[in-house]
Amino acid sequence: MAKLPNRTEMLDFDFSLPPEGWMDTKTEFKDGMFCHAVKPEKLETVGMPNAHKWSASDEDWGLPENWKEIILQGMADRLEKYRSFKLFMDVCVRCGACADKCHFYMGTGDPKNMPVLRAELLRSVYKRYFTRAGRMFGSLVGARDLTEDVIKEWWYYFYQCTECRRCSAFCPYGIDQAEITIMGRELLNLLGLNTDWIAGPVENCYMRGNHVGLTPPAILDNVEFMMDDLETVTGHHFEPSFNRKGAEILLVCPSGDLFAEPGTFTFMGYIMLLEHLGLDYTLSTYASEGGNFGFFTSNEMAKRLNSKIYAEAERLGVKWILGGECGHMWRLMQQYMDTWNGPADFLEQPVSPITGTVFENAASTKMVHMVEFTADLIYNKKIKLDPSRNDDWVVTFHDSCNTARGMGILEEPRYIIKNVCNHFYEMPDETIREKTLCCGSGSGLNAGENMELRMRGGFPRAEAVRSVVDRFGVNMVANICAIDRAAMPALMDYWNPGVGIVGTHELVGNALVLDENDHRTMNLRQEELPSARKEKEIADAVAAVNGPENGEGGAA
Amino acid sequence: MRIVGPIIAVCALAGIAWLGTGPLSLYTLFGVIIPYCAFAAFVVGFIIRILNWGRSAVPFRIPTTAGQEKSLPWIKQNKLDNPSSKAGVVGRMALEVLFFRSLFRNASTEKTEDGIAIGSAKWLWLFALIFHWSMLIIVLRHFRLFLDPIPAWITALEGLDGMFQIGLPVIYLTDLGIVAGITFLFIRRVVVPRIRYISQTIDYFPLVLLFGIALAGIIMRYFTKVDMSAVKELTLGLVRFTPQATVTEPIFYIHIFLVCCLLVYFPWSKLMHAGGIFLSPTRNMANNSRAVRHVNPWNYEVKKHTYEEYENENWEKMQALGLPLDYEHVKEEEPPAEAEAGAAEGAPEAANTEDSEG
Ligand code: HEM
Ligand code: SF4
Ligand code: SF4
Repeated sequence: MAKLPNRTEMLDFDFSLPPEGWMDTKTEFKDGMFCHAVKPEKLETVGMPNAHKWSASDEDWGLPENWKEIILQGMADRLEKYRSFKLFMDVCVRCGACADKCHFYMGTGDPKNMPVLRAELLRSVYKRYFTRAGRMFGSLVGARDLTEDVIKEWWYYFYQCTECRRCSAFCPYGIDQAEITIMGRELLNLLGLNTDWIAGPVENCYMRGNHVGLTPPAILDNVEFMMDDLETVTGHHFEPSFNRKGAEILLVCPSGDLFAEPGTFTFMGYIMLLEHLGLDYTLSTYASEGGNFGFFTSNEMAKRLNSKIYAEAERLGVKWILGGECGHMWRLMQQYMDTWNGPADFLEQPVSPITGTVFENAASTKMVHMVEFTADLIYNKKIKLDPSRNDDWVVTFHDSCNTARGMGILEEPRYIIKNVCNHFYEMPDETIREKTLCCGSGSGLNAGENMELRMRGGFPRAEAVRSVVDRFGVNMVANICAIDRAAMPALMDYWNPGVGIVGTHELVGNALVLDENDHRTMNLRQEELPSARKEKEIADAVAAVNGPENGEGGAA
Repeated sequence: MRIVGPIIAVCALAGIAWLGTGPLSLYTLFGVIIPYCAFAAFVVGFIIRILNWGRSAVPFRIPTTAGQEKSLPWIKQNKLDNPSSKAGVVGRMALEVLFFRSLFRNASTEKTEDGIAIGSAKWLWLFALIFHWSMLIIVLRHFRLFLDPIPAWITALEGLDGMFQIGLPVIYLTDLGIVAGITFLFIRRVVVPRIRYISQTIDYFPLVLLFGIALAGIIMRYFTKVDMSAVKELTLGLVRFTPQATVTEPIFYIHIFLVCCLLVYFPWSKLMHAGGIFLSPTRNMANNSRAVRHVNPWNYEVKKHTYEEYENENWEKMQALGLPLDYEHVKEEEPPAEAEAGAAEGAPEAANTEDSEG
């Protein structure tokens, strides 16, 4: 693995441009900026085409003989299937409004990371083979031939886009580079050119039900472990059920929450809340993943992986589905799932059993976001909260790209956080809500070997965090995204050491008062609570004052 | 060359018109035949392009949401930036088309020594708006040439446009606006390094062409006066299909020849953004896909790993954990475990659908 440059080295770039045009610059594969090539077995398991051994640093990528035909036919198909693709190929005026909106451009200064040029990489080929002007006038109208170098360039730059849609928010025609990247990656996948980091979770998710490949015993073990920790913290023992037929609600989480800190704390937060409310819910070992790396591969793969959620809801006979905190998972639940695998007419319109609120916005998908559910509880005063338990944390909120620009869940998490924390501060306006900056690791880029790319891509976000660290002493970044929880600790360690990452429901779990006897001394991370520390300090002080006179304990 | 080329090209086009109507006096060709053909080419081309886009499917509902979505009743929805109804979408689109709402968000990002700074950048928005509005009003004002009697709204528009009564003939604000707008947009392309880097010949060409049209028009109006009654006779004749090209000033023919070039060029160029914006799926769809099912016209069956297969593969483990089971356990050896073996051999079914060739 490439050595990660230090901070100064990382920032030693500017936005200057090479003298020669972008079409004349050959792609240089820089270590640390791309993921390993996919191993063929992984593609074979799920039946993806043209699996073969190759490596990005090779001169020859071992493309099938008719690769050009495959790509051009693939483009022709997709131009018919997706109006977005066709339109976005045609209407860009190169006004440049999107150019400096991409976090990868901001963090690398590489001009091909400007969304408009990332699109031109594909648009130039579109023009050459699908427009009369391009066939006739070639480079005069921005067209170019499709060569193996172009394929390599696509691969390098379509895996330097997190499909965050920030560019799309600024484009006067809504041209969404995420859409173009998605098409580009589909095309690359026709040639067997995925990354290993994406294909691995896809294979796992297809065969085992979740990205990390947890088997039923592993899932149950992990959950038991978390429940033991919860018992240590709260004194209560919880036993969530699995694959239980007839439950009212199926809970679907991103598997990252079952797997590693700090996601596990978020999971503990969900379970505490649902158990405390006495909800009739169950989890599934089969539908044990809400996230979907298939979406970073192809529409078809995404649909295949997503299908298990409705299938499992139907099999278990639940009434509706509750979904945990995850960004891309939720973009798909909102904008794709019902279209792919619906209609979910075997489910009922979700109603909160606690407040009676009918979730009208989920009338068709029958799936409710955990933050909607919890915000509704708090609004209706159905849970007791002690925000002082989070007093050691000065919190800011990072909108994940997908929930912000693919849904518009902006206020619910903020409402919750303001109710469970006493110290909350927003990052600058230009960097939150619909203008949020990506963590730099979305869309399957959260691997280890491309760490430099991730640190660069996440740099603008880290800068915004730094501004609230400096002004308000922020030390915790809250989110509603499993990728954030997995990827941002490294980002913070690199740019803003000392700043932690927390899922919103971990904050809820801390603040949730289970009953009158719920006097906790530690938070879900088993760190001492401020109140406990104060009590101890007082006790110590009392002991210090009383100590010598009582003649006990000496000067301790 | 990317910059000089379009300038030469537009000069050459103007030269052709001058040659054709100065020395050669081909008034009917430049005043009647070419305008009719160009107009027809524009209309047909425009329709073809729209139909062509319309033919492509819209498989998913993918609005770019730029505000709070419709959620719980007590959470305030941003109905324009994140519409959930048709009315909201119309409002959002109107804001985009009339006021370039998304462009208004524009900010500029600068690299500082140890960080980046995001600052305000409304200039592009402002000049783009001045340019487009000026152009729209100028086009509307031109209707005086094609309508008789001249409707009141045109006279009113002219009055408004010439509000400040500067000079004689009165200088129209939109004439200043379009020149200022085009000049800004052109200079921006040339001097801002990033914009220059992404600009192609076909980005400079329309600007130069529009500038040429505006310039010829301004020369006609303010400097070499043309015979307006002859012009009106021609334009009204064109509308009534009894055209008579009695105008003799080449500058007039340069003006309308460049307009004809624009009309022909329009449907096949980036200028089609004018039609495309209305079809943009990230802007013209309501964000309601959780409440109302969106249907993909080409949705097809895909190969799935079913619960039955999953249970069978994990049967022993699941039984040991006491998880509920639905099926009898089928031992691996008995039938050749179909899902896995099939996949390992390239799972023809799935492979075919993935591979667009298949
Ligand atoms: C529905 C109507 C239209 C809308 C909403 C619209 C909107 C826009 C926007 C937002 C831009 C980007 C900002 C800029 O670069 O100026 C733009 C650029 C441009 N538009 Fe339009 N436009 C429309 C119609 C037209 C028409 C009819 C023409 C020409 C005949 C035109 C010519 C141009 C040109 C030349 C540019 C590029 C400017 C540059 O190169 O910097 N537009 N348009
Ligand atoms: S903002 Fe839109 S129109 Fe402007 S350059 Fe970017 S993609 Fe093209
Ligand atoms: S979608 Fe995000 S990562 Fe991709 S080009 Fe646009 S701004 Fe950059």
